[in-house]
Amino acid sequence: MVAVPAPGSAAATTQTARALFVRRAAWRWEEIAFWVLAAASYFIFPGHLVLITQAMITGLFVVSLDLMFGYAGIPSFGHAAFFGIGAYTAGILARDWWGDPLVGLVAGALVAGLAGAICSQIVARLHGIAMLMVTLGIGLICYEIANKWNSMTGGDDGLQGMQITPLLGRFTFDIDGKVGFIYSFIVIFILYLAARRLVNSPFGLALKGIRENVRRMPALGIGVRAQLALAFTISAALAGVAGALLAETTQYIALEVLGFDRSISVQIALVMGGMGNLIGGMIGAIAYTVLRDQLSLINPAYWDFWVGLILVVIVMTGTGGITGILRRTVDRVAARIKR
Amino acid sequence: MADFINILGAGVAYGVLLFLMAGGLSVTMGMMGFANLAHGSLSMLGGYIVVMLMNWYGWPFFGALPMAAIGAAVAGVLVERTIFKRFYWGNQLDQVLLTIGIVTMTVAGATFVWGAVPPAVHVPEFLEGRVHAGFFDIGSYRLFLIVFGGALTAAMVLGLEFTSFGAKIRAAVDNRRMTVSCGINIDRLFMLAFAIGSALAGLGGGLAIYLVGLDPSFPVKYLVYLLVVVVVGGMGSIRGTLAASLALGICDVVGKYYIPYLGAFIIYGITVAILMVRPNGLFGRGGH
Amino acid sequence: MTADIVLETEGLNRSFGALRVTQDVSFKLPRGARFALIGPNGAGKSTFINLLTGALMPSSGRIRLHGEDITRVPSQDRVRRGLVRTFQINTLFPHLTPLEATVLAIAQRHGLCVNPFKRLSGCHAEIDEAHELLDKFTFGADGERPTHELAYGRQRLLEIVLALAAQPKVLLLDEPAAGVPQQESAEIFEALAALPDDIAVLFIEHDMDVVFRFAQRITVLVAGQILCEGTPEEIADHPQVREVYLGDGEDV
Ligand SMILES: Nc1ncnc2c1ncn2[C@@H]1O[C@H](COP(=O)(O)OP(=O)(O)OP(=O)(O)O)[C@@H](O)[C@H]1O
Ligand SMILES: [Mg+2]
Repeated sequence: MVAVPAPGSAAATTQTARALFVRRAAWRWEEIAFWVLAAASYFIFPGHLVLITQAMITGLFVVSLDLMFGYAGIPSFGHAAFFGIGAYTAGILARDWWGDPLVGLVAGALVAGLAGAICSQIVARLHGIAMLMVTLGIGLICYEIANKWNSMTGGDDGLQGMQITPLLGRFTFDIDGKVGFIYSFIVIFILYLAARRLVNSPFGLALKGIRENVRRMPALGIGVRAQLALAFTISAALAGVAGALLAETTQYIALEVLGFDRSISVQIALVMGGMGNLIGGMIGAIAYTVLRDQLSLINPAYWDFWVGLILVVIVMTGTGGITGILRRTVDRVAARIKR
Repeated sequence: MADFINILGAGVAYGVLLFLMAGGLSVTMGMMGFANLAHGSLSMLGGYIVVMLMNWYGWPFFGALPMAAIGAAVAGVLVERTIFKRFYWGNQLDQVLLTIGIVTMTVAGATFVWGAVPPAVHVPEFLEGRVHAGFFDIGSYRLFLIVFGGALTAAMVLGLEFTSFGAKIRAAVDNRRMTVSCGINIDRLFMLAFAIGSALAGLGGGLAIYLVGLDPSFPVKYLVYLLVVVVVGGMGSIRGTLAASLALGICDVVGKYYIPYLGAFIIYGITVAILMVRPNGLFGRGGH
Repeated sequence: MTADIVLETEGLNRSFGALRVTQDVSFKLPRGARFALIGPNGAGKSTFINLLTGALMPSSGRIRLHGEDITRVPSQDRVRRGLVRTFQINTLFPHLTPLEATVLAIAQRHGLCVNPFKRLSGCHAEIDEAHELLDKFTFGADGERPTHELAYGRQRLLEIVLALAAQPKVLLLDEPAAGVPQQESAEIFEALAALPDDIAVLFIEHDMDVVFRFAQRITVLVAGQILCEGTPEEIADHPQVREVYLGDGEDV
């Protein structure tokens, strides 16, 4: 292989070295475009705010998985557990005690994060398929508990009777979903910023190291268990917030929030959007929601087949999902313009 | 006491089924470094082949069983040659995503072809009753499973232990680099191992449906069981897989009988406890 | 003299099934050493390194670093105590740049790797140190390209850079120049020879010219056992070594 100097610089200097990390952390155009469009959708699609809000909540859920899967390379087949724990925490709180949405949100994050921290003590000790199996087991157990603990969760019928009080004591959640949209948008955007900060920290770099070569990490002095446990806990807390948001904006929780299907669909959404760049999670969630809607219009029973096929094709072609394709297309166009 | 022994019998029969369904998975993971989460889809295929041949074309049960094995082997090799082959020793995340995509497709595909309703499953009349001997009382079909499955398992273990093909497979599990340098055609070896593993999965599926039923979500329902068996047994270890299958089968049946509320939790609890002590499974080799 | 021993093993054993790959190995590495470990393929050299670094656990025997027993200490803690290795087969981070990988190693040393709040782009001390280290090994612009795009020789060099980023007191090099053309191989060993005196180095190498040029003492490992140990001259004259290893016959 011929050594080609990095674009625009013949030699590396301290300046270029520092600039590399600034570049890595810089806002990419697809991120800006996504958030501008998401905000604009409030005005463009006023009739679909409820659906858009749900897609964005799914987006936060997918982003939480991206931290584990896209960054640290840890697959999870039970991530719905934490989404569900967050949802039921906020739901039960609002039904039985306290309906303040922000309190529910924080409680959902705390309980889900705590559950994640406990599970992480098991998961971080394992690798590969054993890890996958345990996450799958965690998901199934949580589903079973919610299913059987009828008096608390409503079991199969779902949780009803939440009494959500107005946001900040002033803004009542309306039927058009305006307040729900703004509330969710702000929460999700703030958490997105936090996730961005995290992946561009030394901790985030360590997560990438785990993904790229976990065997090398101990040789650098990094035991990875602390990193994995922290990543799992944070990821679970974020998923919990997403669950709590869904519960609060829909004021109802179906048992399916904990289902295996949800754990898988969030994986698929992530792959569709593109892993390991955060915004891919948000975009993938939107794309998945739209695609599911369209496919189930055509064929309600078998749309899963096409979703599975898309997953297989993306993995086999190694395109890197929507963000990967976008990026390559834009790079190619840019190169052509330059020439 | 008598009760317990009979439940134990049911557990062993279930364990044998799990072993047939998981054995091939353990070998592909140990030998090819390939995590085939779609292994259960082959069992489902075997199940539907048996149902189809019997219910639609009036085949006898024992005529349909071999076809289940053959059908699953053909399907397995087809996918192995066209898709899986490129992912051997590759990134495990890709393997997981790829095969879970295939699971999703097969579940939807089975719903399309065979419908979501569980089909009626029949076995020959002489296997439908129960066998009594003293305080021993067991369903004939379960007894048949234990005997037939036991013989098959013994054949497998002996085949791995005493044939040159088995020696090659064991060598490949132990050390791939060395196997290649010994001039063994590893590509063909993989294909054969995959075919046999798939055939066993298909056969296991064909045998399982009378006891556990069949519907398109079969591969998903049994995914966690397969993973538990492989992980607890230690990848690539046939003895480990056998031990884990039997243990899981017995724990599951016994647990669900005596403590129905805690049935599933006991299994996960035990599994996690074992993994905490031995992260590479009971019979897995420590350190890589 | 014994006070100067930084790394020491005592009756180290390890088997894989029936295969005894390390048999009763007792070995001493003094401060500032430049020692070589040689032996035919499959002799158990890499296994020995794996035991020293904690990638494998010995079935019996002790390992001491700076006089402290580290036999049961996990790999990462041995690295923190200054026992660092490179790998015979490149064990790198394909999609990270060498710069990022080096920053990662340095950030770990500074205790930053569990910090999700600090901005990496603000870690100037770590970035500058990483850049300097890569510069010393003439990485140039290659330091800022993904590792998997680099030429193989560069990747071998990165193995060493990553080890040095951990600030070793004892450096174990498993065939650092494996598969590298002779010209580049010489460069790698020149760089190693120029390391500060307070770092003890043990390297595995098959090329005898290199071994005789750079090693003060040589240990010969055959079938998991130490056959003999001595200065290059002694080893070159050792009849058994000539027979089993240096190939007075067909071997090597
Ligand atoms: N994890 C393992 N499981 C089983 N056998 C192993 C394992 N690791 C190494 N071996 C065996 O132990 C022996 C010694 O291997 P090792 O890699 O230490 O040799 P080496 O001296 O480094 O050889 P080379 O010069 O080829 O690098 C070999 O026969 C090898 O096959
Ligand atoms: Mg070696």
